[in-house]
Formats: sequence, structure tokens, C-alpha cells
Amino acid sequence: MSTQITEPRAEENVAPTPARTPIEHVSVIVSKGTLDMAYPGLILANAARMSGIDATLFFTFWGLDVITKKSIDHLHVATVGNPSMHIPTMLGGLPGMESVASEVMKKQMEKLDIPPVREMIEILYDSGAKLYACQMAMDMFKRTREDLVPQVEDVISAMDFFDKSEGAQVLFI
Amino acid sequence: MPVLEAKGTEVELNDEGFMVDSSQWTPELAEALAEKEGIGALTERHWKVITFCREDAAQNGQPPGLRRISKLSGVPTKELYQLFPKGPGKLAAKVSGLPKPKACI
Repeated sequence: MSTQITEPRAEENVAPTPARTPIEHVSVIVSKGTLDMAYPGLILANAARMSGIDATLFFTFWGLDVITKKSIDHLHVATVGNPSMHIPTMLGGLPGMESVASEVMKKQMEKLDIPPVREMIEILYDSGAKLYACQMAMDMFKRTREDLVPQVEDVISAMDFFDKSEGAQVLFI
Repeated sequence: MPVLEAKGTEVELNDEGFMVDSSQWTPELAEALAEKEGIGALTERHWKVITFCREDAAQNGQPPGLRRISKLSGVPTKELYQLFPKGPGKLAAKVSGLPKPKACI
């Protein structure tokens, strides 16, 4: 018994061109508390709002430092274990290196008209972006609602975060 | 290329709806652009933003970013989002007849 293989007809072979739908909502998970990892999430969320795209931010693990009153003005660049610093790790570990590198970065950001993190959070809040803190990380680092800046809407679980991210493109930073 | 018409004047728009030649801009075109973008009737506060954007762009050769507008025009961030709900970053420049701003802030 022979099996006959039939070639699919040409029109069946052509994949339909997917329709390009504009992004309407982005959800950014901010999981790091260094200056260089805080800015990308904040800037992307802000760019989304400026384009009329809804933005939701979820601060978890070290990302909580970005919305904690005590640390928001003191985020640092990591000088150790950061190959992009282009300085030897031994030097990066010297006392004061992190402060110097952080100050240099802050000055460069200001030159580009990028505001300090506290002002970025205020701009995001005024733009209508929604900021949430992760309940589990809050418990782990023993922080309370009062430790957070007032722009934070709520402390929520990971499942709540996904409920609030309906239809969103999720970015993990 | 799409064309916008206001009071007998026709101007070219690019694919994203920004005016190709910002020197052709007139207040009537701003009203037509606002209508097209769903902003509706322009208020005195809209005009404050538009006037600032036009003047700032003329001075600096590029359209201002949103933080620059909020810092220098006297219209705060929150209000900019009320005036241009579908994205003030693009729409303020668009209605002002300027190209899309390069600033991320």
C-alpha cells in the first residue's frame, strides 16, 4: 500500500500577515535597586505614558529601594561585579568608589535632563502610571506601607499584579 | 502621503501624523490637528503649551520633551496629561506642527 503525499496548495502555504496592533499597556517589574537598573524601568514606563500607553509598575525584591523613603535619594551604581564599569574589580571595591561612580552618573543624567529618581517617581505618578509594591518582598525586608513614598498606590501580591496587567506587555528589569 | 486641510490650506503629514514642514503651521492647522487627534476644542491652556513648544523649538532647533514643557511653560505634568490625554509627549509637538520629540523624558 502506498501513501501519497500531496503538496499543500500554494495559498495554504502562505502564512497570513499578522496584524500590527499598537501597544496599549505596559507592566514593568522593577526588581533591582541600583541606580543603573532603576532608571531603565522608570524611563520606559514614562515614555509609555508620554505616548498615551497605560503603565503599571511593580517593585519587588531590591526594586523596593526605589520607592522606599529612606533609600530613594541614595541609590548607587554597582562598581563591583559590573563589567560595564571598565575598572578593575579590586579598585571598584575601594571605599568611596561607589559614591564617586554614582555621583558621576547622577551628573550625567542631569545633563541629559533626566531627573533624580524621586522626581521620576513624582512624574510617573502625575502621568497616571500606577505604582505597586510587592507584598512578599515587603514582608521579607520587614517594610511597612509607611516606609514607602506616597506615590505608591498599594502593596499587592504577584497574582494581583498579573490581574492588574491584563492585556499588558510585561517587562522584567 | 496623508494631507491635512484647514481653511483651504493643504499640508503634508508623515505616516505618524506629524507635519512634514513645520514652517507651514498656522493656528487654524493646530485646531484641525487637534480635531484629527481627538483632542477637541483648544483652550487657552492648550495654547499656552503650543506657544511654548513653537518658541522653544525655534530657539533650540528641536521640539521640547515633556519634562522641559512642564518645567518651563508653567503647565504642570498632571495638567499636560489632562490637556492631551492620549499622550502629551507626542501630541503637544504634533498639534504645534513640530516633529516627534527625541527626548525620552
